[in-house]
Amino acid sequence: MDLNFGKEYKDFTKEVKDFCKKYKGVHFTESSKVPLSDSFKTGEIKMTRSDWQKILIEKGYFARSIPQEYGGHGGESDIIKSRIIAEEFAKSKIPPPMGGQGIDMLVPTLLELGSEEQKQKYIKPTLHGEIIWCQGYSEPNAGSDLASLQTKGELIDGNWVINGQKIWTSTAQYSQMMFCLVRTEPDASKHAGISYLLIPMDAPGIEIRPLVDMTLNAGFNEVFFTDVTIPEKNIVGKRGEGWAVANATLSHERGSLSDPNAMMNRLNSLIERMKQETINGEKVINNKVYRNKLMKIQGKVIAFQSNSLRVLSAKVNKNQDVKIAGMIQKLVGTELRHELEGFAIDIMGELGTLYENSPNIRDGGSWQIAYMYFLGLIIGGGTSQIQKNIISERGLGMPKEPKVQQGA
Amino acid sequence: MYFGLSEDQIFFQDNVKKFLEDNASIDVIRKIANESDKTSKEDLHNGIVILGINNILIPEENGGLGLDLLFATAVGQSLGEGIATLPFTGSYVMAPIAIKYGANDEQRNFYLNEMSKNNVNFGVGFSEFFGSRNESELSFSNNKVNGKTLFVLDCDFATHIMLSDKKGQIGIVSLESSGIEIIDLITVDKTRIFKEIIFKNTEVDILENTSRSDEAISNAIDAGRIVTAADSLGASKAMLDKAIEYSKERKQFNRAIGSFQAVKHMCAEMAAELEPCYSILWHAAHSFDNKEKNKKIMACHAKSHISDISKMVSKKSTEVHGGMGFTDLLGLHYWFKRIGVNRQILGSPEMVREEAAQSQGL
Ligand SMILES: Cc1cc2nc3c(=O)[nH]c(=O)nc-3n(C[C@H](O)[C@H](O)[C@H](O)COP(=O)(O)OP(=O)(O)OC[C@H]3O[C@@H](n4cnc5c(N)ncnc54)[C@H](O)[C@@H]3O)c2cc1C
Repeated sequence: MDLNFGKEYKDFTKEVKDFCKKYKGVHFTESSKVPLSDSFKTGEIKMTRSDWQKILIEKGYFARSIPQEYGGHGGESDIIKSRIIAEEFAKSKIPPPMGGQGIDMLVPTLLELGSEEQKQKYIKPTLHGEIIWCQGYSEPNAGSDLASLQTKGELIDGNWVINGQKIWTSTAQYSQMMFCLVRTEPDASKHAGISYLLIPMDAPGIEIRPLVDMTLNAGFNEVFFTDVTIPEKNIVGKRGEGWAVANATLSHERGSLSDPNAMMNRLNSLIERMKQETINGEKVINNKVYRNKLMKIQGKVIAFQSNSLRVLSAKVNKNQDVKIAGMIQKLVGTELRHELEGFAIDIMGELGTLYENSPNIRDGGSWQIAYMYFLGLIIGGGTSQIQKNIISERGLGMPKEPKVQQGA
Repeated sequence: MYFGLSEDQIFFQDNVKKFLEDNASIDVIRKIANESDKTSKEDLHNGIVILGINNILIPEENGGLGLDLLFATAVGQSLGEGIATLPFTGSYVMAPIAIKYGANDEQRNFYLNEMSKNNVNFGVGFSEFFGSRNESELSFSNNKVNGKTLFVLDCDFATHIMLSDKKGQIGIVSLESSGIEIIDLITVDKTRIFKEIIFKNTEVDILENTSRSDEAISNAIDAGRIVTAADSLGASKAMLDKAIEYSKERKQFNRAIGSFQAVKHMCAEMAAELEPCYSILWHAAHSFDNKEKNKKIMACHAKSHISDISKMVSKKSTEVHGGMGFTDLLGLHYWFKRIGVNRQILGSPEMVREEAAQSQGL
């Protein structure tokens, strides 16, 4: 066991700290339609999101290992540096590099499986925040059983012509592009009939209908395709290889849904809240029952954070086997975060139910928002039940479910 | 940066595991538990002394191996996995640490040298300090101890008992002294025996530094909690492994029960909760070894969190076995009960969490 990152990383931590000091209070003039979180709307230093991305890329704080010709920093990938950056940015409340499905999922996929032309065309503007992407996978009848998707793509005169419907498409209403799974080989077996297509959202025949989610924001959308026509070359991988291409990105998504640093920050905010709230004149933090429950959650958070250190370690030390430790992160992380947010509501009691801009609201209602948001993440990106199927079958080697017979 | 056990630690851990697999089958454990087999117990103890388990935390200059708590924790996992009917937490972890921090030079050299040769073995009774109950009360005065203490750990091969009073002063009593009455406490866990001990004007050697500071007892208890958690984690791992194995063999409705999703999900839940326990456990031991600021918080959380998860695993893995899980025949209950007793030893989860809260200034 050695939790020292060594001198190089000590120096690097100092460099990042200095950077954070220099840019403290940076905030954005709106450059895309994606809403910014409130904390980044005010401050002294003004710039566009895209300019911020460029500064981060130049320093190597973002897109570090992506080649310069595609708009990245062009350095060695360094997982420990990435972690230091995430930690220091979180501590000093500097806006983190942009994330989202384009950056977290599409860019790694293109780097791995995209054509040279696709890399040249899409990666740089995506990293700069100039192209926002949405993920068109789920359909009304294809959720957990994603491979049963039916949106149809036909190759007609050198173009893909797409008809069908996607649902739960996050940020579709702000996006310039969609990476999409489409059935192009109707005669092939379920998994072998799918292709991975890149679709401009302004193509004629696309209709986007926002869906209001339980937080009362329009977090996702329905997207309808009527004879949407895109060039043949907008395919990643070959025809019928879409399932494999998509699976390359699903693993990127699952890693990004449960950040232990964010969880620890949230726990510390909860402790602050418990020091401020009172019940009949007694501080909540001094109430034995709530204290005990807080400590119980703290124990879980520390265990989860330690688990993520172990997963990190296996990325640095190639001979370490942490298969199950990696597999459980989405399940445990999203469930735990939901529990933590829910407990914060409990310690506030009735006050915890206040919402929107109600008088007496605490922390801008963020506990209710996150409590619901993380229920969404428990469902999205492979539900908790699907995670348990994966852990038991692929992690523990338990027998697969006998295949349910297809209808006659 | 490396988060995990080292090759040496894994090697030691595997050796202990192998030793127990070869020498402490469920039949041997059952015989020992039924008290019909004293020799097996002694043979096992001799075996682990040869492996050097008694010497892990004793410095090299005193004839020990001079290893750290993370090593002991790795070994603790194996002892729990094999539900070893052997002293460890008290005799070979808490006692050397208490001596390291609490003894003067003369005491330290004497006890540690003798321990390394297996001439001195300690039972440890610190419950007066962290959670005294109605029945007990113990006091030191003029190098004499009077009163009663409960749940003394690891008395089987003990030549001496290490005790503490409410303030955390630590005294050592030789079992050859007069005025000692030892009574067996019969818990559900028959793999280990705990004692009640009554002292009447018994001669006691107070560890000199412990009258000034509670550093010794505090460290010994932190270490004891971490290693007890390791024992529970090892026992839980064994139970989960057995459940998975059984689920692949046992057939109902013409299918392996492990192909039923309800069974799979129980196993996935156990694995998902158990996996982070390894990390918090090693992290806590590492914080202890490096004297980090948060070491007490980590020790408390490792103990209480792993106690909770182990309790869940002990229940669910028994359920996976159906009626067979409930039988004496299969012997799964030995692991179940071991986990149940570990949960209460050195502080129940609620008590220990309160300590975690206080030690971070809440
Ligand atoms: C906040 C949020 C954002 C999302 N964003 C996107 C996006 O951007 N792009 C996109 O394509 N999709 C997105 N999704 C969709 C998401 O991937 C699906 O909701 C998810 O895969 C579940 O599919 P479903 O909603 O059809 O539920 P269903 O699959 O119908 O599941 C319903 C219930 O049945 C259970 N179930 C289903 N199959 C099994 C099984 N084999 N074993 C055990 N239980 C089972 C599920 O666990 C669940 O409890 C998002 C979802 C949410 C909540």
